[in-house]
Amino acid sequence: MQIQTGLEAGVEGALLKADVRDLDFYYGSFHALKRVTMPVYDRKVTALIGPSGCGKSTLLRCFNRMHDLYPGNKYAGGGIVLQPDNTNLLSPDVDPIEVRMRISMVFQKPNPFPKSIYENVAYSLRVRGMRNKNELDDRVEAALKGAALWNEVSNRLNELGANLSGGQQQRLCIARALASDPEIILFDEPTSALDPIATASIEELVTELKEKVTILIVTHNMQQAARISDFTAYMYLGEMVEFGVTDQIFIKPTKKATEDYITGRFG
Amino acid sequence: MLQAADLATIRAIITRAKRWDMLFALLGILSLMVGVLTFTVLFVDMAIQGVPRLDYNFFTSFPSRKAANAGILSAWVGTILVMLLTALAAVPLGVAAGVYLEEYAPKNWITDIIEINISNLAGIPSIVYGLLALGLFVYYFGFGQSILSAGLTLALLILPVIIVATREAIRAIPQSIHEGSYACGATTWQTVSDHILPYSSAGILTGVIIGMARAIGETAPIITIGALTFIAFLPPAPFAGDPPAGLFEWIFAPFTVMPIQMFNWTSRPEAAFTINAAAAGFVLVFMTLAMNGLAIYVRYRLRKNIKW
Repeated sequence: MQIQTGLEAGVEGALLKADVRDLDFYYGSFHALKRVTMPVYDRKVTALIGPSGCGKSTLLRCFNRMHDLYPGNKYAGGGIVLQPDNTNLLSPDVDPIEVRMRISMVFQKPNPFPKSIYENVAYSLRVRGMRNKNELDDRVEAALKGAALWNEVSNRLNELGANLSGGQQQRLCIARALASDPEIILFDEPTSALDPIATASIEELVTELKEKVTILIVTHNMQQAARISDFTAYMYLGEMVEFGVTDQIFIKPTKKATEDYITGRFG
Repeated sequence: MLQAADLATIRAIITRAKRWDMLFALLGILSLMVGVLTFTVLFVDMAIQGVPRLDYNFFTSFPSRKAANAGILSAWVGTILVMLLTALAAVPLGVAAGVYLEEYAPKNWITDIIEINISNLAGIPSIVYGLLALGLFVYYFGFGQSILSAGLTLALLILPVIIVATREAIRAIPQSIHEGSYACGATTWQTVSDHILPYSSAGILTGVIIGMARAIGETAPIITIGALTFIAFLPPAPFAGDPPAGLFEWIFAPFTVMPIQMFNWTSRPEAAFTINAAAAGFVLVFMTLAMNGLAIYVRYRLRKNIKW
């Protein structure tokens, strides 16, 4: 673990938002995460990289307890401690719904609900019991503006979300994730189903969003990680190989394995 | 380099292989024809015999000993009322059970056994349901030989169909939509009521109609619980008559249904009654087709707004 190196390399003022401590996770009998430890800094973008099957999505989905939806998944030790309240997200005493209300998620493939654009964004607010029409209108507009989609959809809020283009759909999903004012937004390869132009707009959006919210992003695209993240974690076979400041990881990784992966000699 | 001879060989292989396409297409058309033609011949034959018999009086007359005066009033009213109760009982129960099994039930061996048994229930002969209903609804609960007993019996009969259709409709919803809802912080019930049910309603409706189409033609269980074959009165309308009937008094009334009326007429020796039976059969098939038509229309309307 190389956390210290990363911290020294110039992250003055970065506050800890969450930290993963010695996390073990199993899919049935498959040991998918092995004593993973890693910090997540407040209002920074942290990228998770590594070859397919290395556990980066698995780690991401621990943050909003998505694994709880399926039988056989087991958090087997360690935890993810969220600041400032020092809550272990994976504790059996913590309701997964409470976790998901604090930490929202954007998926790999845009998954707007088959509802109107407005209702898609309003849904995160409705599950929080918001009923006031004016308040909903304001929050939906703010979220759509935050996701850089407002100008394109403001005159057709009642159309189906599925009628939008792929990139717009993904920004709609970002608006949905943003509307509830989350502490962290998780991105699970958010651009892998998009063309380069839509990808660029999502990347730009992510860098804007980090002023307000902590971002954790899984990506297969190393250039993307280099472009948009402040910190990068390289995982391999369920283990955290190296964590550090992105520039340092990409220019001068401390581990041979990381260097091999980043330079394309492997993976 | 490709030689001319090679190309000829490739073409010969393709021609040979394509013969199987032809052969199977032919077989498929034949199989299709067996089903479609049989139904068409039956239906046309019934229509030729029965349609001339259809007039206003046929729908507004009670059964009679004289074939020319006999009608299907009590039968079609009975069928509609029984179907109404069947739907009212089977749809909420079946949908609730299906949603529970898909969204709530823990995945363990007890759930597995329940699932296997639901599929088995769909295959149980309907007369067995009739016997069960005779003991349970008619005698034990004391509902008598009533519309209520018949409705509940048919509801039991089609319950497995609705449960299976509900589960399949729910499974057709992409996992990503499911996860999207939970990721917003929704509870299971919020996910079910805001997403699962609205998006699966078209599929559920199809299952309901398939079930209802089966129930509308069921004769055996209805005879078992004691539907009358000759019935010359209608169930009491709410608040009608003297003393006024209660709102739900009709559900305890004796009744008959279309297939029983048909069965009754076909067992008569006079040819005129056979024509009556054909006419009633035509009406029954028409009722089923109308139900299916409605289902197709509603499904189309519901699906228009569902795109993943």
